[in-house]
Amino acid sequence: MSENPLNIVLADDDDDDRMLFSEAIDEIAIQTNLKLFNHGQELMDYLNTAGSNLPNLIFLDLNMPIKNGLQCLKEIRSNTALKDLCVAIYSTSSSEVDIEETFLNGANIYVNKPNNYSKLREAVEKVLQLNWQYHTSNLNKDTFLFRI
Amino acid sequence: MRFFVKYDFNIMCKTFLKEHLNALGISYALNSINELTITEDLSPEKEKALAEALQRYGISIENNQKTTLVERIKSAVDSMLRDHAHSSVKLSDYLAENLHYSYAHLSAVFSENTYSSIENYAILRRVDLVKEYLCNTNLTLTEIAFKLNYSSVAHLSGQFKKTTGLTPSTFQRIMKKKINHSQPN
Repeated sequence: MSENPLNIVLADDDDDDRMLFSEAIDEIAIQTNLKLFNHGQELMDYLNTAGSNLPNLIFLDLNMPIKNGLQCLKEIRSNTALKDLCVAIYSTSSSEVDIEETFLNGANIYVNKPNNYSKLREAVEKVLQLNWQYHTSNLNKDTFLFRI
Repeated sequence: MRFFVKYDFNIMCKTFLKEHLNALGISYALNSINELTITEDLSPEKEKALAEALQRYGISIENNQKTTLVERIKSAVDSMLRDHAHSSVKLSDYLAENLHYSYAHLSAVFSENTYSSIENYAILRRVDLVKEYLCNTNLTLTEIAFKLNYSSVAHLSGQFKKTTGLTPSTFQRIMKKKINHSQPN
């Protein structure tokens, strides 16, 4: 709830995108703790050792070296300890094929990286609100698909 | 062999609570799936036993008054959407009447605690019901629109697209594929 900050992680190999994202999330009224990772393997190593300290929401870039976003998503969904995590894809790709592929593999939210800062802030805020609903409302998690 | 199961959330929750409360010998009255009144002085041991029994199923007892009110608002919105979709009562009047607070107060408490608004929650919940019908029934969009009291199919489609970013048909196509795609556990 409002007194507990949301734990959020972002895996993205682009330095600027990570920086902009953390600035945007800081400006939003919702209290958050953000952890950043440079690629998918770093994220998976963290998740696999996080124990009960799992994030409330994961933002995943699709194109990353070493381990890409789709591979991470598949690993998360096939791991019993991680499969219920809320995953948002955060990508420049707006190809319908990519979007459908990630939904089929269990993504909850698909965000197109916006091309300006204020849109980015709006998008992140919308995702956080949806994520709050995901965790606290009796919405069907199997059909929890959103594109922003 | 693969089976698909369907849940009636309301019946499930009520039956579940009844069975556990009876098993612990607690006298109670169920007000809704989110609210019950214990009609005896509950000993600390019994209260602990109850909390433990429920916790295993991901159910927790809410103590914070404001968050409790938020839950009651949500549950009233749900029952309005499910059971009174066709009444001409406005949501704000329905909530004020059922929860005995002014709508302004309810709305303020809700926004303060949820980063969202009652209206937003109601839209999300209604769209969730549309999703449920799209996945579990063969109803047409026109029939779903009628069932959930949308003024037209266009209104339903518009709200669905605006809320989820997907059209109802794209959503339905993805869900069909998703069911075939998922590995049986």
